[in-house]
Amino acid sequence: MSDFFKQKKLLAVFATIALLATAFIWVVLSSGPLAKIKIVVTEVQERQLEPALFGIGTVEARHTYRIASNTLGRVVNLNVDVGARVDAGEILGMIDVVDLDEKINAQAALVESNKARLSEAQARLDYTGKQAARYRKLLPSRSVSEEIDAAKQHEWTLARNQARSANSELLRAQAELLALHALRNDSYLRAPVSGLIIARHIDPGATVLAGQTLFELIDPEQLWIDVRFDQAGSKHLAQQQPAQIILRSQELQPHTGHVARLEWLADAVTEERRAKVLFTQQPQPAPSIGELAEVTVQLPLLASTPVINNAAIMRQNSQLGVWLIDQQQPVFQPITLGRSDLKGNVQVLSGLSAGQQVVLYSSKALTANSRVQQVEQLVDTP
Amino acid sequence: MISLAGRDILHAWGKFVFTGIGLGLLIGVTLTMAGVYRGMVDDAQVLLDNSAADLWIVQKDTLGPYAEPSNLPDDTWRAVANMPGVANAANVTYLTMQVVHDGGDTRALVTGIANTGPGSAGWPLRLLAGRQVSKNHYEAVADIASGFKLGDRVHIRRNSYLIVGLTQRMVSSSGDPMIFIPLLDAQQAQFLKSNDALAQNRRRIQRNPVFNNPRNPEVLPAVLELQESNTQVNAVLVQLKAQAEPAQVAEDIRRWLRLQVYDREQMEGILVGKLIATSARQILMFLVILAVVSAAIVAFIIYTLTMGKIREIAVLKLIGTHNKTIVAMIIQQALALGVIGFIVGKIAATVWAPFFPKYVLLTTQDTISGLIAVLSMCVLASFVAIYAALRVNPADAVGG
Repeated sequence: MSDFFKQKKLLAVFATIALLATAFIWVVLSSGPLAKIKIVVTEVQERQLEPALFGIGTVEARHTYRIASNTLGRVVNLNVDVGARVDAGEILGMIDVVDLDEKINAQAALVESNKARLSEAQARLDYTGKQAARYRKLLPSRSVSEEIDAAKQHEWTLARNQARSANSELLRAQAELLALHALRNDSYLRAPVSGLIIARHIDPGATVLAGQTLFELIDPEQLWIDVRFDQAGSKHLAQQQPAQIILRSQELQPHTGHVARLEWLADAVTEERRAKVLFTQQPQPAPSIGELAEVTVQLPLLASTPVINNAAIMRQNSQLGVWLIDQQQPVFQPITLGRSDLKGNVQVLSGLSAGQQVVLYSSKALTANSRVQQVEQLVDTP
Repeated sequence: MISLAGRDILHAWGKFVFTGIGLGLLIGVTLTMAGVYRGMVDDAQVLLDNSAADLWIVQKDTLGPYAEPSNLPDDTWRAVANMPGVANAANVTYLTMQVVHDGGDTRALVTGIANTGPGSAGWPLRLLAGRQVSKNHYEAVADIASGFKLGDRVHIRRNSYLIVGLTQRMVSSSGDPMIFIPLLDAQQAQFLKSNDALAQNRRRIQRNPVFNNPRNPEVLPAVLELQESNTQVNAVLVQLKAQAEPAQVAEDIRRWLRLQVYDREQMEGILVGKLIATSARQILMFLVILAVVSAAIVAFIIYTLTMGKIREIAVLKLIGTHNKTIVAMIIQQALALGVIGFIVGKIAATVWAPFFPKYVLLTTQDTISGLIAVLSMCVLASFVAIYAALRVNPADAVGG
């Protein structure tokens, strides 16, 4: 009986020792320097990349009309407010130039006065003309002296010039009257095109300077996105390329569009290139001017090359490369990279060929002497 | 030859094992505390390793970018990249903030990385899943310690970012997980004021007749744009050419660009020597006390165990056992207890280390030192017990 207990006790001792030893060995092999580094490998694929360019921009009107006053004056009334739709030529408001009516009256009086002067000059011309003709007729019969004839001729010439001068004065006064009428007509602010009022900077009663903007008018059917792209990689951007537009207010509803214009002026401070992207079909309801938009422009397909995920790229001794697995040992392979797409795929121009296995993820930094263990994934991915 | 120690252990096996386990848990705590200290120092060092830089260029007369705020114009890197010996230079921004996501917020070090591609300075060194950032806006790579998963959306200031990749051990010097976002977004996140502050600022400027002059309506928008734009970064990370001498390049930059430059050694000095010095010393002090207390407890246990069998030792002496045999028995038992304690301690520390919120680094060197310390302590402690055992009177064996 006691032998049985002794054997059982020995068994318990050995079991405990074995358990501790196993746990210890597990600990040493799984956490210390002897532990294998878990890696996930992937195969280099040969395929064509579909590069795209991502930029952000703001919604802008294609044309913005700033309606300003031409003269200094006081705003008498404004007929429209922000949000109003107006037709071309519609009167939006009126500027009152303080003494314009009086100036017009004065000018009208001046025109009348000039008409009278012209009439007087013409009467004089008529009279001096007849006198000159009469004296010229009497000269051959020596009834008048040559001196008197010359004096009459001279009077006639003066009367002609006076009549011409009076006519010019009348024309000038009439033109000035027309100019004042034009100015009065211009004190009505008119919409240059049909569109939507997006801003009103002044209220009635305020005084405006010549050139000061009162209204901003846009064509709400002509909206586009002013997009900024990073200059790096923007070489292949071209007009008419298709684009996807996501407005901040309509995040789940992408819109399509195309590159309508590439700007010649780049932003030197932010190192960005600017372009205008037009909607294929304008979103309804229309986005507000200045709203943020994300734009992804599809660039042309690239030639087929070996392609890897950018997570595989490592730097060792100032060289970019990937870790290959050669007989369970990692080997660093320097590579030359080409262009990339927005999904994180990068072209490999040299150093790799399709079908090679490269390390995509590793649980620790690899060295050429690391022991590795290949696994499906390192973390649970949804 | 019979092993007296073995027989005795076998005799009171259960008691011995449980004492060993108890001792082991105490050793486990001590090893863990050493791991906490090492982890703290390691956090500071991985931040430097992860930035993959040879030189850090920061605002003059600051200890930036980690220990002090530092601001540089974002075109400084161009001048730096032109210096002899520099292979490449990249802008970087760091901002510790609460990152909002569905169901709460996480403290993280948001790092803005320049659009220079994977493998460049400042970029995540390696990933566990997903991919590196490939758009220049609204994508992020997060450390797995942040708890984010691939495909999650997180909010930083007014924008939301899609998590496209996960890293490991990419933490700040205080152990906060890092989140990498494109530089342009990071600049905005760091320097953009809140919408309220912007609106109030606009109102203030509009009230100022100098800026809002009706004779020159162009001034106001220009002033506002100037106020709201940001062209600053926190540091420029420099990678050197293979043959370049870091000290020489640093000296050139200091002299000609009049900027503060730190190399790896100096940066480590700032982080370990200044930033985490007090808290690390605090942990170290606690570790020392814990080690002393553990040693005392080991000594008490062995002494108590020996005293528990003082009658048996008296009997051994009575039957004429050599002192050498008794000494060997006590030392062997003490060592066996130490080995069991150490194994249990090491297993326990390894098992519970990953559950700590901050990194616990159990180094092989610490483990070996721990083993040597435990065994030496056992031998030392057994000397006291041996002294007591050898002094026992054989007559006690038959006495009351």
